[in-house]
Amino acid sequence: MSNEYIKQVVNKNYEYGFVTAIESDTFAPGLSEEIIRKISARKNEPDFMLNYRLQAYRHWLTMKSPEWAHVHYPEIDFQKIIYYSAPKVKKDGPKSLEEVDPKLLETYEKLGIPLHERAKLAGVAVDAVFDSVSVATTFKEKLAEAGVIFCSFSDAVQNHPELIETYLGTVVPYRDNFFAALNAAVFSDGSFVYIPKGVRCPMELSTYFRINAANTGQFERTLIIADEGSYVSYLEGCTAPMRDENQLHAAVVELVALENAQIKYSTVQNWYPGDEEGRGGIYNFVTKRGACRGKNSKISWTQIETGSAITWKYPSVVLQGDNSVGEFYSVALTNHRQQADTGTKMIHIGKNTRSTIISKGISAGFGQNTYRGLVRVLPTAINARNYTQCDSLLLSDTCGAHTFPTINAKNPTAHIEHEASTSKIGEDQLFYCRQRGLNQEDAVTMIVNGFCKKVFNELPMEFAVEAQKLLEVSLEGSVG
Amino acid sequence: MLSIENLHASIQDDKQQIKNILCGINLQINPGEVHAIMGPNGSGKSTLANALAGREDYQITAGKVEFDHKDLLALTPEERAARGLFLAFQYPVEIPGVNNMYFLKAAVNSIRKQRNLSQLDAIDFLKLVKEKMQEVGMDEKFLHRAVNEGFSGGEKKRNEILQMLMLEPRLAILDETDSGLDIDALQAVAKGVNSLRSKDRSIIVVTHYQRLLDYIVPDVIHVMVKGQIIKSGGKELALELEAKGYGWLECA
Ligand SMILES: Nc1ncnc2c1ncn2[C@@H]1O[C@H](COP(=O)(O)OP(=O)(O)OP(=O)(O)O)[C@@H](O)[C@H]1O
Ligand SMILES: [Mg+2]
Repeated sequence: MSNEYIKQVVNKNYEYGFVTAIESDTFAPGLSEEIIRKISARKNEPDFMLNYRLQAYRHWLTMKSPEWAHVHYPEIDFQKIIYYSAPKVKKDGPKSLEEVDPKLLETYEKLGIPLHERAKLAGVAVDAVFDSVSVATTFKEKLAEAGVIFCSFSDAVQNHPELIETYLGTVVPYRDNFFAALNAAVFSDGSFVYIPKGVRCPMELSTYFRINAANTGQFERTLIIADEGSYVSYLEGCTAPMRDENQLHAAVVELVALENAQIKYSTVQNWYPGDEEGRGGIYNFVTKRGACRGKNSKISWTQIETGSAITWKYPSVVLQGDNSVGEFYSVALTNHRQQADTGTKMIHIGKNTRSTIISKGISAGFGQNTYRGLVRVLPTAINARNYTQCDSLLLSDTCGAHTFPTINAKNPTAHIEHEASTSKIGEDQLFYCRQRGLNQEDAVTMIVNGFCKKVFNELPMEFAVEAQKLLEVSLEGSVG
Repeated sequence: MLSIENLHASIQDDKQQIKNILCGINLQINPGEVHAIMGPNGSGKSTLANALAGREDYQITAGKVEFDHKDLLALTPEERAARGLFLAFQYPVEIPGVNNMYFLKAAVNSIRKQRNLSQLDAIDFLKLVKEKMQEVGMDEKFLHRAVNEGFSGGEKKRNEILQMLMLEPRLAILDETDSGLDIDALQAVAKGVNSLRSKDRSIIVVTHYQRLLDYIVPDVIHVMVKGQIIKSGGKELALELEAKGYGWLECA
């Protein structure tokens, strides 16, 4: 019985599946040097950018799509994808919110992300990326007072080319993997953040990514640099319309933390997951990596992954600076035919480096959930420590949970702890809750939320609530 | 209040074997009465308690149960709870990560909603829960821990009683709530139960020890053996059982 009920709870409809009718400047499908030159020209980029793209593209041509992940999907025809689609604007782009197409503002209102500054969540600055381009960034002035740069990637290329040239591709080189190379060649926009020395960013920064146009890939790129002694907390959210075809999302996120700097990066990923039969949905193939370059620096990844047909990502931290800290907190939920292969890599290079990995996988329906982790301790990393906890919760008999933890320690002083568990949602727990008057749906949500507690605790407060709601919705219809 | 007629229940074990556990239980409980059920290990006491609360693992193969003149067996567990049936579990379950206070508030308000009562707000709830915690001698820090997680045996039992006091049931079934309690806890639990006693509430206490019945004095004692109630009597029956065990009854 509980199976059927869990089915019901997990099966609520996707709320963000609408399409915005908006005039777009859209390239023909297909990928070639010419397309890349066109993207670069459209964005009026300096030469170093075009060269970077072309190098990446030429390298990509020599690569093959990877096959090692525990996910299955038909081969992607890269010539059928549209690599650039932007909402049409009068001239160069909106200079202020007043110039943004009201339809776009409406779209974000519908998504619950009002871009009007006065209507916004107090203390959160938002950058909104629609298909390939950034359409609005709020609170620009207030941030500028603190010396913080928070703008679209394209603006950063125009206004801070020296920062881009110094850091672009230094954490995730285009040679890193197939999708990183593709992204480097064709990325059209994304967010850029620079926090100057000693500055604690006065508000949460967040970017909302939205794929609207059909057959369009979204290849955004995010670069965050926290200079010495600075702190920033950043959140990304993602949604897409319901469509029968699969759409590709291949993003790259690079984080750089210098001495004593801290970056907290949170993701609430709710791309369209496809329907019950597994038709449509986003392929979410993302490369995220942070470099703790300076002493005592810290990078934390927190992710709530409830959407996408396939999720394939391993937010990682390279711990170069002595005493630096890397953290990874993850909740991944797969329902229906969703597949997730996610986890992290912690690369210990500096002395006394520490890392923590907390991964919670929830599978329902026919969902497949894989944790894949690598903890590598290099010979230089004296007294490195890692703690990994990896738990799976199964809500049906037809779903699956898999874990592939890899430990590779080249220094005898390393201290590595690994705990793992897999459990079915307890009949006993469900009955206990129901005996106390809770209906099955609330009971399942409560138990699952409890299971994810350690991860939710890491989210900024406003978003913890959002994440719980999202989980509730994604779980709806999963029991019976 | 509660009327059980010829109740038969069975369970399918891991090897898909059907095992009959309750073999024709008859029991009448009037409003205001306290009944004790005693009996050897494995005789089916917890099975009866769980079947009354609606646990779906148990197949009801025959019989009838009326609660307030309505067919109890047709209701879901949460509907039974809303109508005032409460089971203090022999082995309370841990729910990791779920805050005890949050759980209790959700339970109280869910039941209030099903009874068409207004929701308790945070302030009223807190006031009430603190009062009840004092009554069962529980430290307030237990509100902030996860439900039963890492609680000692006795702490779990006190937590059950706290839930009972918060939910104000019409029929409370206490399944070995006294097992594993120290003297103070036993008295605290008895005090809690006695405070609930009233002319329109009924209580079933499942226990192995006559000692609890010194504190919670029952109107009737039943002895269950092999899924049947083979003897019922007044409170002096407990003393007799304590002295003689169950053997003399089983042979009878
Ligand atoms: N899920 C189950 N699978 C198999 N057998 C079960 C199951 N549940 C109960 N039983 C069996 O049913 C019988 C009655 O169990 P029950 O827990 O009701 O006894 P009890 O009278 O409460 O015993 P105790 O005094 O030890 O608590 C026992 O033999 C027990 O092993
Ligand atoms: Mg028992």
